[in-house]
Amino acid sequence: MSTGLVVMDPTGESAPAARTPLPLPASVAGKVVGLLDISKPRGDVFLDHVEGKLKAAGAEVRRYSKPTFTRPAPTALRQQIAEECDLVLEALAD
Amino acid sequence: MSQRYVVVVKADCPTCQLIAPVLEALAPRETVALWTQDDPAFPAVPGVQHDVTLKASFDLGVEIVPALIAFSGQEEVARCEGWERAAWQSILEDPTLGAELPALRPGCASLSVTPPHSERLRAERLAARRVTLGQEEDIQEALFDRGWSDGLPVVPPTPERVARMLEGTSRDPAEVLGDVPPNLVPVTVEKVAINAVLAGCKPEYLPVVLAAVEAALLPPFCMHGLLATTYFSGPMVVVCGPLAKAIGMNSQGNALGQGNRANATIGRALQLVIRNVGGGRPQGVDRATLGNPGKYTFCFAEDGDPKWSNLNEDAGLARNANSVTLFAADGVQGIVDQKARTPEPLCRSFAEALKVVSHPKMVQAADAFLVVSPEHARVFHDAGWSKEAVIKTLRDYLTRPGKELVRGAGGMEEGLPPALAERSFEKFREGGLRLVRAGGEAGMFSAVIGGWGASGTIGSSPVTHEIRL
Repeated sequence: MSTGLVVMDPTGESAPAARTPLPLPASVAGKVVGLLDISKPRGDVFLDHVEGKLKAAGAEVRRYSKPTFTRPAPTALRQQIAEECDLVLEALAD
Repeated sequence: MSQRYVVVVKADCPTCQLIAPVLEALAPRETVALWTQDDPAFPAVPGVQHDVTLKASFDLGVEIVPALIAFSGQEEVARCEGWERAAWQSILEDPTLGAELPALRPGCASLSVTPPHSERLRAERLAARRVTLGQEEDIQEALFDRGWSDGLPVVPPTPERVARMLEGTSRDPAEVLGDVPPNLVPVTVEKVAINAVLAGCKPEYLPVVLAAVEAALLPPFCMHGLLATTYFSGPMVVVCGPLAKAIGMNSQGNALGQGNRANATIGRALQLVIRNVGGGRPQGVDRATLGNPGKYTFCFAEDGDPKWSNLNEDAGLARNANSVTLFAADGVQGIVDQKARTPEPLCRSFAEALKVVSHPKMVQAADAFLVVSPEHARVFHDAGWSKEAVIKTLRDYLTRPGKELVRGAGGMEEGLPPALAERSFEKFREGGLRLVRAGGEAGMFSAVIGGWGASGTIGSSPVTHEIRL
């Protein structure tokens, strides 16, 4: 693996140096789950299926889509999702 | 026990080249270990070891080559750096060694003490965890992402920068200064140096930062409570003594403002130590309702007043000592008085401004610093008033009847229990009002810096701590 700059840890070193993902919630019941369609063909088919599963598990689902799969999501869209959702799933399909 | 010898040389040194015949004479001896720093082909004798990493030279503490070091067992018993014929002959017990050479030739700097090698070698001895950033990561963004910043960009704490920072102090990097709240993590000189790099300090500021951290950890300062409080306060650092000027701190125009690297980064380094080492973060253990902009950094130097005692003397130190004074401070409240030319009216203005610290009806709660500008100080000097006389007068003016302070008085619910209406109260507790001089030559403006509502034994007291170089 290629590596970048080495810096010295300024912290109390009580947490791992590598960033860890947030813990997964025990259940999606009652959570707002955002589904981000990246606008690839048939991504909507996949997400429709996921939405059904999530609703069955008690989640509220909100759908979003990127204007184009060729570019990262616009800042406003990312902020909107962060504001409105507890969890987000990003679909990649071809 | 027989002695053994280590000789360290480099090809890029005329004196080492000059003594090549001596090196040839020593090479066959089993008791002599010959190290070369740069060119493994020099000297052209068998058995030369190449100190590629310079670690051998560094560990031996070689500063000048050629270096000759004699050991008895593990103990160094003699050393000569540079060529001194008589010394080499004596240490090696060989009266004819180098007889044909000049008596004396100074050597050259060892590569192990030359940048960038010196910094790399010193950094290798440091204990803190190394964090390798991703090659594709933007360095500044990576440091923000790891939560190491107060919200402004930080300087990447590379091992070389940290090693250079530590040159600013004679203290051992492993020395523990105390436990930093809220997580009570032991903090070493080295960890402070890393955060001083982040903050943008120069190495010469490090002793001040170390003293500020030590002062913050003194029990009377109550750093844990100050961090955790919902109140506005954060640590303010006032530097007193000749060191402030030596490192270029600002005590004059805009002393409480922006634009001076030492003022800005010393205060910031202290806050970064609390944040990073102690784990004290806003909306974590830092529960401030509003906070204040000084929680980024709040540090200035006292402007030595020729007639008044300085903060050193107020704390029982020598006038020319170097110290930091820490205060649990809120923001700055200006006082304008451009008309007073005698002490009493000016003290009246000061007292009215000081009365409102935390709340006009609160007494014996917060401490305060009064920052007196040179033009206001002149009013007192012209009348021959000492600092103590000013404080005594202010205390008199700030003594108020309880009936003005009890609940309901003045139409305000905030206030003392009604039972205290017949007593009288000073605004500040004993020692709770401090004066310090700072500011530019022009302007009849002084400043009140109010403190945390919990002062003294129930909260924080200002602390003065001497700076060790």
